[in-house]
Amino acid sequence: MKTLSWIGSILCGILLMAAAPVNEGYEIGDIVKDFRLKNYDGKMVSMADYKDAKGFIVIFDCNTCPYSKAYNSRIFGLNKKYASKGFPVITINPNDPTISKGDSYDEIVKQAKNKNYNFPYLVDETQEVSHAFGATNTPHVFIVQRTSGGLKVAYIGAIDDNSRNADAVTKRYVEDAVDALLDGKEVPQVKTKAIGCTIKWKNS
Amino acid sequence: MEKEMQFILKSGKMFGALMLMIVSLSVTAQQAETVKLGRIQDKINTASNKIQIINFWATWCAPCVKEMPLFENLTATNSDVEVTLVSIDLDLDPDPEKVYRFISRKKLKSTVWILDEKDPNSWIDKIEKSWSGAIPATLLVNTQTGQRKFVERQLGEGDLERLIDELKSK
Repeated sequence: MKTLSWIGSILCGILLMAAAPVNEGYEIGDIVKDFRLKNYDGKMVSMADYKDAKGFIVIFDCNTCPYSKAYNSRIFGLNKKYASKGFPVITINPNDPTISKGDSYDEIVKQAKNKNYNFPYLVDETQEVSHAFGATNTPHVFIVQRTSGGLKVAYIGAIDDNSRNADAVTKRYVEDAVDALLDGKEVPQVKTKAIGCTIKWKNS
Repeated sequence: MEKEMQFILKSGKMFGALMLMIVSLSVTAQQAETVKLGRIQDKINTASNKIQIINFWATWCAPCVKEMPLFENLTATNSDVEVTLVSIDLDLDPDPEKVYRFISRKKLKSTVWILDEKDPNSWIDKIEKSWSGAIPATLLVNTQTGQRKFVERQLGEGDLERLIDELKSK
C-alpha cells in the first residue's frame, strides 16, 4: 500500500511537471528540435525544408492580439529584409481556437490570404511546438542559427522597443541580432521582454 | 399666481435634480491616475497593514476583463487587502479615453492607475523577474514580510483568497 501511494505521488509529480509552464522552453544556446506544422496553404512546413537558410526568425503570432496587429507590417518588413540574406521569417499561431475563435485554422487561412503572406503562417494544433519553445505571448520571437551542431537559439524576445509606434523605435532587437549573426559577431542583446497577449493554452 | 409659483417650484426641483445628477456622476466616475513606474514600486516596497494586490491589465485583454470581477469583489468585501488595477493600455494607444470609458461602464470601485512608461524591456523585470510581459499578470505582496506571489494567467474563483491566505500565514 505504501509503495502504491509512493508511485501515486511520483506520478502526480510527473503530471504536475508536465502541466507547469514555468521551467519549460528553450534558452539561449539550446539546440531546437525541428517541427512539422501545417501552413495556411495546407502544406506541411519544417525548417529542414530550407536547405540554404542560415537560420530563421521564428515568431509566435496570432490574428487577434492587438500587439500582433500592431507588428504585422513590421514582421513583413523583417522577412523582406532578411529572407534573401538567409534568415526567413516563419510565423506560428499557438492559440487554442476554442478559446480564441479568431485564431481557428480557417481564420489563419483568411488572414494569410487577405494580407498576402509571403512567409509561412503555421498552425500549432497540439501546442507542442509552442510549449517546446517556451513561447509565452504574441508576438514572441525566437531567432535560431544553423550550426554544425543543429539549429541553435540565438535570441528570444521582442521585435523592438516601441509597440505603439514603429516610427519611434530606438532599439531594433531582432534586426540587431540578425545583423550580428550575419556579420559573425556576438548578438548584442540576446533576451528582451515586451508587453503582449498571453498565449491561449488549451485547458488541461 | 399659484400656477406661476408651482412652475417656479417645479423648475427649481428639476434644476436641483439636474445638479445632483451632475455631482453624483462626477463622484461615481472614478478618475484613473496616470503614473510612472516609481508609484508601483513604492506600493510594493512601502510597508502597509494591507496585502497589496497589483493587477496588470488592458481594455483590449479579454482574460483580464473576465477576471476583473474577482478583484472588484475583494475591494468590496476584504478590508485586509488593497487592490490596484494597473492599465498598460498606453503601451499601445496614447489616448487614455478608452480606459476612462471602461471604468465608467464597469463602475469600477478599485483604484485604477494608467502606467505611462516606454520601452517595456527596461521595466518589466523591475516589477517581477519571472514576468514574461504577457497579461493578465497579478502580483500580491505582504509588505510586512516582503513575501510575494506572482501569477501570469487569468485567475479563477478562489485563487486570490488562497494566495492571500498563503501570504498571511507567515
